[in-house]
Amino acid sequence: MAPGVALLRSLLRHGAGFAVASLIVSAAPAAEVATMKIERVVSPGGIEAWLVESHANPLIAMRFAFRGGAAQDPNDKDGLAYFISSMMDEGAGPLDAIAFQEREQALAMRMDFDASRDVMLGSVQTLTANKDEVFDLLRLALTVPRFDQDAVERVRAQILAGLKFDENDPETVAALAWDRLAFQDHPYGRPIKGTKASIAAIEPSDLKHYADRVFARDKLVISVVGDIDAKTLGQVLDHVFGGLPAHATLSPVADANPPLGPNREIIEMDVPQSVVQFGHRGIARKDDDFMPAYMLNYILGGGGFASRLMEEVREKRGLAYSVYSNLYPYQHGAVFIGNVATKNEAVGQSLDVIESELKRLADQGPTEAELASAKSYLTGAYALRFESSSGIANQLLWIQIEDLGIDYVGKRNALVEAVTLDDIKRVAKRLIEADRLITTIVGKPVAAKAKDVPG
Amino acid sequence: MMMWIFDQLLPAIDPRIGALVASFSLASLAVAGAAVEKAHSAPRVTEFKLKNGLQVLVIPDHRAPVVTQMIWYRVGAADEPRGSSGIAHFLEHLMFKGTDLIPAAQFSKIVARNGGEDNAFTNHDVTAYFQRVAKDRLPTVMEMEADRMANLRLTEEDVATERDVILEERRSRVDNDPGSILQEQMMAALYAKHPYGIPIIGWEHEIAALDRDDALSFYRRFYAPNNAILVIAGDVEPEEVRRLAEATYGKLASNEAVNGRARPQEPPHSAPVKVTLEDPRAGRITVQRYYLAPSYASAAPGEAEALDLLMRVAATGPVSKIYKSLVVEGRKAANAGGWYSDSGLDSGRLGFYAVAAEGVSAEELDTGIDAVIERLRQDGVTQQELDRARASYIAEFVYTSDSQSRMARHYGWRLATGMTVADVEQWPDRLKRVTVEDMRAAARKYLVDNNSVTGYLLPAPGHASSTGEKRANAPANKGKS
Repeated sequence: MAPGVALLRSLLRHGAGFAVASLIVSAAPAAEVATMKIERVVSPGGIEAWLVESHANPLIAMRFAFRGGAAQDPNDKDGLAYFISSMMDEGAGPLDAIAFQEREQALAMRMDFDASRDVMLGSVQTLTANKDEVFDLLRLALTVPRFDQDAVERVRAQILAGLKFDENDPETVAALAWDRLAFQDHPYGRPIKGTKASIAAIEPSDLKHYADRVFARDKLVISVVGDIDAKTLGQVLDHVFGGLPAHATLSPVADANPPLGPNREIIEMDVPQSVVQFGHRGIARKDDDFMPAYMLNYILGGGGFASRLMEEVREKRGLAYSVYSNLYPYQHGAVFIGNVATKNEAVGQSLDVIESELKRLADQGPTEAELASAKSYLTGAYALRFESSSGIANQLLWIQIEDLGIDYVGKRNALVEAVTLDDIKRVAKRLIEADRLITTIVGKPVAAKAKDVPG
Repeated sequence: MMMWIFDQLLPAIDPRIGALVASFSLASLAVAGAAVEKAHSAPRVTEFKLKNGLQVLVIPDHRAPVVTQMIWYRVGAADEPRGSSGIAHFLEHLMFKGTDLIPAAQFSKIVARNGGEDNAFTNHDVTAYFQRVAKDRLPTVMEMEADRMANLRLTEEDVATERDVILEERRSRVDNDPGSILQEQMMAALYAKHPYGIPIIGWEHEIAALDRDDALSFYRRFYAPNNAILVIAGDVEPEEVRRLAEATYGKLASNEAVNGRARPQEPPHSAPVKVTLEDPRAGRITVQRYYLAPSYASAAPGEAEALDLLMRVAATGPVSKIYKSLVVEGRKAANAGGWYSDSGLDSGRLGFYAVAAEGVSAEELDTGIDAVIERLRQDGVTQQELDRARASYIAEFVYTSDSQSRMARHYGWRLATGMTVADVEQWPDRLKRVTVEDMRAAARKYLVDNNSVTGYLLPAPGHASSTGEKRANAPANKGKS
């Protein structure tokens, strides 16, 4: 229903990428984060979760994920995972949608589901006092969802309305077109939220089938933070997740061909400002070069006002309000993606500046000073990600999804410190191919003129 | 990662998602209350004032070794000189340019090199700047923030470039989005006289004319310790903050020219207004309804609390009356909801919206909203609805107290719009006193046609976008696929 749809819309333009990026970007002095005790809890029934026990506030934050997100959508059922994520509070067990949602409100709980490319994400927050009822409601949602026809039709209408708005939203249009160009027939090339035709074709039985295939214990990772001890959590895990099948039935997802251009598509839309997405193949999370690549991207376009793109495009030339880039290390095809929005008359100039910055960084690499700044930001800011229970839970969840190990929090800043200028220069040459960008432009761009921009 | 944008808080909903952007709900800042008495974890808030008039609030939270600094100025877009719309937000951008101490364009870079994150935002009533850093960097960011309160240096070139950035920001936020354009027009109609009717980001032609003198004179008039509130939340104790504040902000002189915020007030309206925007980019038919209403700062005692709970029951989430009526039962709308913008200094507003189901006209939706509102006026809400909404609302504070930066934001917001710490802390008790009779009375008093503006967003014929073979137009088409 609505909140699920809204959450997804606002959070996940690029599926998993958002969360991955926030995992990697946000946290304090390494030593102090490292002292946070992360406990590996295994329930009597064998279900594992990572726990940070904290009784400072009377609340519990749980995050979990099932491996197998939108990439598991059948060919003619694009948007199925997204549809399910919007159905999770539309009734379960004895409760129809309204009864379920009234109960959620009475319990003052927060429950959200999101479909990203590779994982289905869930989150629940509860006051300690209500935890038994809240976790039981979660159990119902996961194990006996109803998918009543009237609720399905209501959510279908909402998704279709959302798609109608998306058709006219330049950023969404640019992103979808980019995915199509980059990934073509691979599942990553298809829209996470589906199409008018695919959404219209989804039946309650499809939803049920997806839930049966994907919501299983062997593809589940869980993190919990807050006012609960390990023993109690063990009981909760068995109660909530114990009724799920032991094994998921996932379709194999092939690795995508690494996306490389040059390729540029212009989609005309009657807007004063052109919205642009650019990028190409990225680097896998497991790659030994991922950390240098991540730092390279911080210097290029991931570091806000500390980044070269912001400096050159916004600060020096006033060409855009926002310009940035990110790494999205999807499981079956990593990409590097940047975004900028510039008035139609100047979009060519913006792209010229961006391309020349990419080229300069690939050719020369960053400076010692840039590397030092990147290290001091990334190591210092790591602690900021651990400010709240839900923030900690999110970090621990993504560390599990990415399979980085329970000691990652303690090791992470040392990994940043170990990167040398030569590492980044090497990775810059390996990663960046400024003349092989895939670019989508939505708006009425006026062709680029001269390259002699002021600044 | 999220962009570091200098975020402006638009008082608006996004009709596509029905998300309320602007209104900071009070629930997030209550610090006591029956439903959460056992929470006890509510941080003890300490408040004091420096000799130069700077108000200081400290919210200790020792769970992580980090702190949040926020400085709130009691100035916003509604305080701008006539004809200079956008200057408050423009100045907010320019505050990152430099001082004698901070070289040009280095402010955010220095914060980043210190492992911190920073940002700022502008609203009609407040302008706020903040940093999140490891606790040992607090002295550094306090020194930097105090410095730019008094020593901003601007070149003509800084101003000219940043003006272009802001014009791009306006295109991104407003001109590229018909929903935002309509909201801007509805606000202009709802506040025909009060400056809340002027967009925070400014009208395009007025932004284009803003210059360095406009920025500096606004700065000199409103940026001073006696017009600011410092909020420090996180792993720090009040005595340490007092010592640091005296050593930094304490050196600044107060500005006697800062005096009050006299804005022209909105007269009573004597006719409903309707605004229609037809646009090929509109997507789905959407109907919105705004009503003038008091805010927490401007309401008679108890009235804002009643409106707050009324809108929770009437329009918040899938169990709300409007959602049940228009989406679940009537099937007229794909989505429907509403909000109470309660945080303004001079006025608040109630909002309802509905996104049409396939084949439903704007008039049908409008009639549907009317029916929901008429029932609220006639029947009010039930005790059960009130109890459920109130329990969940009051409990929200626990979630907010889980984050030091959210606590800093919510206290700062309320204090900057005229509340006291006691007002904030006693809010749950005031909510508990609200009765179903109070809520019905509030509905009858404020859900009145003459107080309203109705906005229709209608898809115009013709396609907004075409994905045909346009590649030949690409400036550097190297089409490969």
